[in-house]
Amino acid sequence: MRIQVKLFAFFRQGRFITEDQEHPRDSTAGEVIDGLGIPRDEVGVLMLNSRHCTVDTLLHEGDIYAIFPVIGGG
Amino acid sequence: MADKVFRVNMTDLSTSLEEVPADWMGHGGRGLTSTIVAAEVPAACHPLGPRNKLVFAPGLLSGTSAANSGRLSCGAKSPLTGTIKEANAGGTAAQKLAKMGCKALIIEGQPSGDAWYSLSLSPEGIRIIPEQELIGKGNFAVVDSVERRSSEKIGLLSIGQTGEMQMAAANISVKDPDGHLRSLGRGGLGAVMGSKKIKFISLDAGAGKVEIADATAFRAANKTFAKALIDHPVNQALKTYGTNVLINIINEAGGLPSKNFSAGQFEGHEQISGETMHDLIVERGGRPSHVCHQGCVIQCSQIYNDLKGNFKTSGFEYESIWAMGADCTVTDLDQIAEMDHIMDDIGIDTIETAVAFGVAMEGGVLDFGDSTEMIRIMNDEIREGTALGRVIGNGAGSVGRTYGVTRVPVVKNQAIPAYDPRAIKGIGITYATSTQGADHTMGYTIATEILGVGGSADPLSKEGQVELSRNLQIATAAIDSTGMCLFIAFAALDDGACLPALVDMLNARFAINLNATDVTNLGIEILKTEHAFNLAAGFTNLDDRLPEFFELEPLPPHNAVWDFTGQEIDTFWDF
Repeated sequence: MRIQVKLFAFFRQGRFITEDQEHPRDSTAGEVIDGLGIPRDEVGVLMLNSRHCTVDTLLHEGDIYAIFPVIGGG
Repeated sequence: MADKVFRVNMTDLSTSLEEVPADWMGHGGRGLTSTIVAAEVPAACHPLGPRNKLVFAPGLLSGTSAANSGRLSCGAKSPLTGTIKEANAGGTAAQKLAKMGCKALIIEGQPSGDAWYSLSLSPEGIRIIPEQELIGKGNFAVVDSVERRSSEKIGLLSIGQTGEMQMAAANISVKDPDGHLRSLGRGGLGAVMGSKKIKFISLDAGAGKVEIADATAFRAANKTFAKALIDHPVNQALKTYGTNVLINIINEAGGLPSKNFSAGQFEGHEQISGETMHDLIVERGGRPSHVCHQGCVIQCSQIYNDLKGNFKTSGFEYESIWAMGADCTVTDLDQIAEMDHIMDDIGIDTIETAVAFGVAMEGGVLDFGDSTEMIRIMNDEIREGTALGRVIGNGAGSVGRTYGVTRVPVVKNQAIPAYDPRAIKGIGITYATSTQGADHTMGYTIATEILGVGGSADPLSKEGQVELSRNLQIATAAIDSTGMCLFIAFAALDDGACLPALVDMLNARFAINLNATDVTNLGIEILKTEHAFNLAAGFTNLDDRLPEFFELEPLPPHNAVWDFTGQEIDTFWDF
């Protein structure tokens, strides 16, 4: 299945801003993170189609998946 | 040497240094400004008249070596909201006031003539000095001139032309260690300073030092505290990308108010993002990290240069970039930087003014996205005080009333900041219930709702939001009294060592014995003092509401509406 992966802040370094990717059906959000070589403890926020998700969330065809490091502001 | 209250009466041009009353001893920063305003300002007074008072207070830990402790509070009755108001800024002023033994500076009364003045503060006291040369000039000219008259080390509080003209969005600028500007931004305190006919206040602490009762204990607690701040991963992002790192995540969450709050995502978000800003800064030889006061370990400010590599602006914040960018649909970051610079110079709140421009665009005064016309209006109309300039300079509500617009995002007449309450419901409770009008810093639920700091809360659900906002508003009121930058909150919410170390520093500084419950009670007391002032000023629970359009207009992409009932919102005050 095809999903759109979006990376932000530090995670873009040496990777990409956004990429359409092929993943096996029933992949989890966490598996995509692992596949990108991002340590799970560096992950701050995960969003799937603009809603928060967890590493265990199952992905589906056409999902927009955003991966953020820990960030803050005001 | 004990601290004193520095009092200036602008009616008879007298000054005095007074003993600190026992009731005020345990207060600092916002707790102190709100206590003084509540005690000495008649709640029904005209904010631009002789009965309002302008109060500056450093925080309880300002002027010490405590990390991130250099914040200054300024309070009064706000000419924008009509409520009690506290604005908070970095820069060097808080540290200088603390070091010269100034517990609070209270400016009262009003000169009867047209003459202008400046104030000069030192450990010896206060001088009131006639000022002519700088009247009608912008803040950057004031910094230049005052530094030339005395030294680069002088501390400075200043108003621009908009404060002189008493526009309700006018701010007070605070000089930072590099001579750049920070802002006591919201609620028109610059207009109050202008109504007292004071153009600037210079601060010379001389050899003054803040006394610490137990220096050894203080040092140990500060070490733990600073480590908690430095170790928190949020600070790496803030240091690299500034607060503008938020554009992309708030956009992704569908809560980035765009085109005058008609959508929750902005097509041009990448062009105005923190990531883009960082790359431009590095490319042009600027500085992606920069402190607004000595002792800050977070360094969220930056030096942003223009195409030629010359200084354009610093303190280039998410709120400012969102408002001029997504809300007015401008995608050119250099145009936005130019406007940030102009608004620093004329001394006007970037949030209020840019949201006012969004309403003006809705009302057909200019086109959405027309940054050239925005710049022209700022320079030729607002700076010059033309009728249009004054309508915009008096804020988003003023523009809405003048042009018959209903999509006017304000609470208690203050513009709503960079998070749409339909998609991020907890911040909507903060906007509605804050004693100061729509203000995100008063109870920053974004941390928990979007950023996953201090737990989590579903931003599209009403569940737990009132309690979340209440707890954060109480904690924030207490932190705002210490002189600490609110960005310590990320570490304080996640790292169990952080808040106890802060309490240890308070105890070591004053030889007292506070615990965490005392700190919570301080926050509760401050909120109740502020709320009581507002009730006496004529506010009711019906003012703790969001504008109607948030209930009627679903916000894409989530198509959410604001659906809290008045009764649900009112439970906020059940404490």
